[in-house]
Amino acid sequence: MNQRLQLPEKFFRLAAWGSAGLSLLILVFMLILGRPLLGHDLFALVFHQPWQPDRQLYGLFPMLVGTLAVSTTALLMALPLAFGTAILAAIIRPGGCGRLLVRIVQLLTGMPTVVYGFVGIFLLVPRLRTLFGGGSGRSILAAALMLALLITPTMVLIFIDSFQRVPRGWQTAAAALGCTPMQTFRHVILPRAAGGLLSGTILAFGRAVGDTMIALMLAGNAVAVPCSLLDPARTLTSQIALVFAADFSSLEFKSIFLCGLILYLLTSTLTIALRLARPTVGYQP
Amino acid sequence: MENLKNIRQPMKIIRFFLLLFLAMLLAGAGPAPAADDALAPFRDEQGTLKIAGGTAHIPVMKAAAREIRRVNPRIRITIAGGGSGVGIKQVGEGLVDIGNSGRRPTAAEIEKYHLRLFKWAVDGVAVVVNPANPVRSLSRAQLRDIYAGRLTNWRQLGWRDLPIDLYTRDQASGTRAVFWKKGLAKGEISPRANFVVANGAMKSAVATDPGAIGYLSVGYLDRTVAPVAIDGAAPSREGRYRISRGLYSNTRGEPRGLTKKFINYLFSPAGQQLIAEAGFIPVAR
Repeated sequence: MNQRLQLPEKFFRLAAWGSAGLSLLILVFMLILGRPLLGHDLFALVFHQPWQPDRQLYGLFPMLVGTLAVSTTALLMALPLAFGTAILAAIIRPGGCGRLLVRIVQLLTGMPTVVYGFVGIFLLVPRLRTLFGGGSGRSILAAALMLALLITPTMVLIFIDSFQRVPRGWQTAAAALGCTPMQTFRHVILPRAAGGLLSGTILAFGRAVGDTMIALMLAGNAVAVPCSLLDPARTLTSQIALVFAADFSSLEFKSIFLCGLILYLLTSTLTIALRLARPTVGYQP
Repeated sequence: MENLKNIRQPMKIIRFFLLLFLAMLLAGAGPAPAADDALAPFRDEQGTLKIAGGTAHIPVMKAAAREIRRVNPRIRITIAGGGSGVGIKQVGEGLVDIGNSGRRPTAAEIEKYHLRLFKWAVDGVAVVVNPANPVRSLSRAQLRDIYAGRLTNWRQLGWRDLPIDLYTRDQASGTRAVFWKKGLAKGEISPRANFVVANGAMKSAVATDPGAIGYLSVGYLDRTVAPVAIDGAAPSREGRYRISRGLYSNTRGEPRGLTKKFINYLFSPAGQQLIAEAGFIPVAR
């Protein structure tokens, strides 16, 4: 028995270490290739300068603001939507209607993001332009609305999963004590599912930060720091996609590794911070 | 049944050859014997030709590939975009056979990659607006003011109260390089300008946004956008229009085999006709 387990176990261990090592290697790779810029005053580079490669200014602050604005707005829009859908599908109507809803949501998770971008350009952007009068319609709002659509299905599925992992027995016990379904949800299911809700949110935020096509096609990619939701903005991912074709030996090109580094640190610190601040309400096994 | 099949099979073959013969007769009697002369060298060629780079070149590359594959379908020609910077880089590193650029490669690039340059056309970079916009003529000074963000409303240019939406291309674009140098006299481009990734994307952006102004290769001009005359000169084949540039196909070292035949074809009368049909001014070798 022991002998037979060894090979698969070795294989899985190798796969696990391999992928963990790979993500670290990517970090090292970006550090090495971005080194020519790391010599500069990094703080000024990231927070002060504008992006004007003609004048040897490679500031990434506008893109940092753009990324945060687009993905946070998308998350704020998607969160209530996903929460409501998950409650409806898992708790209020777990039967036929809920199951149909889950099927539809599963279908949505597989949609390529370029499709969202395309739909956004032809259906959403012109409407935003006429609705708010003036401006090209390419804006943080346009990208965030489409991104919200992109990340909602992921969140819904993880939320439903975490609701369903609350032991049946607890719910029956709560019902036996005279709780209404909503009371059961509020006091039994929600506290137990909090960790799952948090992971779903982090995952969705990571997806919003990392997505390229939607922001590239809909956000307008202007290099000015955006001041309102209707302003165009450039995200770090779009910046990489746009500058990628530059002369490979130029500083301009090397700055995209700094972009990658910022994205990497952004998502990893966020994940770590939220994991540390994991809510401790309710039952801890 | 079996018999019938046996009889039909040879009849099918005979009919096929009859049709082929007829087709050859028709092709021989067709209107373009000169074109087929130029294509003769491709008859006993085979293999793959990889082309990448400037997006302005693509309509001509596609037309040439179509003609070549008409006489010899065994030749595979792949055509990718990416922009002038990518074209030069990829041909220099041997990833593609022909790297197109909408600007002359720099002396450093030529030396580093041992490039051979073939300039086969002059391309105008047309300033375009949405067809709903009646403004069809601008002075160079007005153009500079618009792109610098000093003129911000179409009312200032004799149309209705509508903010001007600027569209521009990324730094690696040859179209941008020419427009910036010759259209804007290296003037400033407002940081609030929207960035799009290719000539085609520029066309669809301007075509769908009433307040838009942008610029693209004349090869991409069609009825969905309206060209604007600059200092009284319309973007056309006449020599007076000054925002123009050479279209280059570059090879690493002296071209050989299929690559050489392809470039010869571009300079043949048939090839030059394809170039003219795409809206460019053909250049003799």
